[in-house]
Amino acid sequence: MHIQLIKLKGSGNTAKNGRQLLRLMNLIRLVEETIAVKYAEGKMRCPTHLSIGQEAIAAGVCLALNPTDQVFGTHRSHAHYLAKGGSLKAMLAEIYGKATGCCGGKGGSMHLIDLSVGFLGSTAIVGNSIPIAAGAALTNQILKNNKVVCVFFGDAAIEEGVFHEAVNFAVLRKLAVLFVCENNLYSVYSPLHVRQPSDRQIWQFAASYGMKTAHGDGNNAFEVYKMTKKALKHIRSGKGPYLLEFATYRWREHCGPDYDNTLGYRSVEEFNKWQARDPIVNLEFELNNSGILNSSVGRGMQKEIEKEVKLAFTFAEESPFPDAEKMNSNLFAD
Amino acid sequence: MSRSITFAQAVHEALDQAMKADERVICFGLGVPDPKGVFGTTLGLQTKYGKERVFDMPAAENGMLGIGVGAAITGLRPVMCHQRTDFFLLAMDQLVNSAAKWHYMFDGQASVPITIRLIVGRGWGQGPTHSQSMQAWFAHVPGLKIVMPATPADAKGLLLASIFDNNPVVFIEHRWLHNLEGDVPEDDFRIPLCKAQLLRKGTDLTIVSMSYMTIEALHATDFLISKNISCDVIDLRTVSPVDWHLIFNSVSKTRRLIVLDTDWSNVSISSEIVARVAMTMYSSLKTAPRRLALPDLPSPTSPALTKKYYPGAEDLVKTIAEMLNKKIDPSEIARQRSTPHDVPGTWFKGPF
Repeated sequence: MHIQLIKLKGSGNTAKNGRQLLRLMNLIRLVEETIAVKYAEGKMRCPTHLSIGQEAIAAGVCLALNPTDQVFGTHRSHAHYLAKGGSLKAMLAEIYGKATGCCGGKGGSMHLIDLSVGFLGSTAIVGNSIPIAAGAALTNQILKNNKVVCVFFGDAAIEEGVFHEAVNFAVLRKLAVLFVCENNLYSVYSPLHVRQPSDRQIWQFAASYGMKTAHGDGNNAFEVYKMTKKALKHIRSGKGPYLLEFATYRWREHCGPDYDNTLGYRSVEEFNKWQARDPIVNLEFELNNSGILNSSVGRGMQKEIEKEVKLAFTFAEESPFPDAEKMNSNLFAD
Repeated sequence: MSRSITFAQAVHEALDQAMKADERVICFGLGVPDPKGVFGTTLGLQTKYGKERVFDMPAAENGMLGIGVGAAITGLRPVMCHQRTDFFLLAMDQLVNSAAKWHYMFDGQASVPITIRLIVGRGWGQGPTHSQSMQAWFAHVPGLKIVMPATPADAKGLLLASIFDNNPVVFIEHRWLHNLEGDVPEDDFRIPLCKAQLLRKGTDLTIVSMSYMTIEALHATDFLISKNISCDVIDLRTVSPVDWHLIFNSVSKTRRLIVLDTDWSNVSISSEIVARVAMTMYSSLKTAPRRLALPDLPSPTSPALTKKYYPGAEDLVKTIAEMLNKKIDPSEIARQRSTPHDVPGTWFKGPF
């Protein structure tokens, strides 16, 4: 269960990427830990799904994407949105139901959007955004704009018909889509083995569609980044879509701020094993080992993140609520 | 300039002109480029506009609607074609959770300019799963526009307007209208959505109708003139959102309302219209509003079993006579129908 350590070069792009990955993951972690702490205040009044423990996938994938590439997410997409560069203030304000939120209070935690950074939307029905991502890739193909669309989804989404429908079409039309499956072993409280045959791997059966696929350690940010780079090279050369399956683990409950190991649907032993594979601790260890990070740089980075997060929460809490009449706006486009 | 063409030709012309006017318009669906071209409505489009913009699709209604939504929110104007509404029911997730919500839940930052053509079957034994109309389902969902043209000119003008509307439009064509001929302008013209049309003017009663039932309404109204009964005939054109203004104005004049529907009666567009008129102008009504819709049963298949399933002009005449307390023999208008009850005319010889 140990993370396979990659020998890092202590300079150049590796150093830059390493620091960026760590910064992103620490930002996502602190934002969500703060949400968890403050959730009980009752001011964030919407279902909220935390990605704590899964940050390396969002960070590694999004760092590999171009700023102009497009991303779609799921009900659990704080990490994807932030990793793609989405406004932290607008996300928190949205969770607080404020007028300054990224959806003006209409979407909440499960519906995030920041068009300025290519985060085209997260939706809350399992598998729902997978064909939408393929549709965006169809537009890109017709407009010949060289953008890649990346869609994140969980291990349960591949049980939905639309996953198969979208992949089939993406392969048929050689669409530039990166499918990223975050396999965290659970759909709410239902373990993978009651939903899918234990001797079948997602990345293996997905390959039978005629698509290139690979699997990797979702708790190793550098591995995620490198595999994504490789996938993107394939996609950008016009060879069609690519699926990456990453193994990871959700630390907290499916929906809400708490730990839920007392429910008994998963073992404490399993949880402890995965927590020992904390993607952030492991990246820090790697970076320290290779001289990319030292404790004073690390502390400086963390201080900046703490400041940014504090400011964003203050912004969200102090922002005005939308006027009740706003519920009538934007039903139809002009 | 206008000339007489069929409803199906009008649909074809609208698609052709939309694709010519704007290269962001794409058209896809099962059978779109096949030799029959969705009852002739998509023939030749692929040759003219290329395989990238006009294409057949995998039998994956929900996924392909999601792909249409994804294309729409990123700048294309997709037109999807389904040869029967019944198959499209698989796509309710993408219709309800994506197409209808996207603009609202992201607070206007993106829109979904997609048009979904659905064709309603009837007769020749289309039966339980090839004849459902279902507009009440779609109309129930805020954020969708539901268009149901009745004439060839409307088919063209409303389809062009739907394609260039920035919202998801469910465009429902009744199979029995495809061969109907009428004058249609040659150029690109667009009929505003969400506006109904007054097709006949009268004083005794208001008939509100849609799609194929409007044709039955016109037969009945023209017959009733010979009995000194005149009716307003309002064709809804867009069945959701409804043009309430025209309906309320008409009913405040005639003080009697009957609503025709191609769908089941329970929880239908006709239920909604009767309810709102009753709630809004109860005191001006001279008699209880009525409706003619399908019985709340799946459509059977045998011609023997469908004889009483679909209401027509004769049922309308009979109901109007009751509402006006007049004695009219509906068999007189029934005798005008020269074709069997399960086909729209001699042109229709099945199979679908």
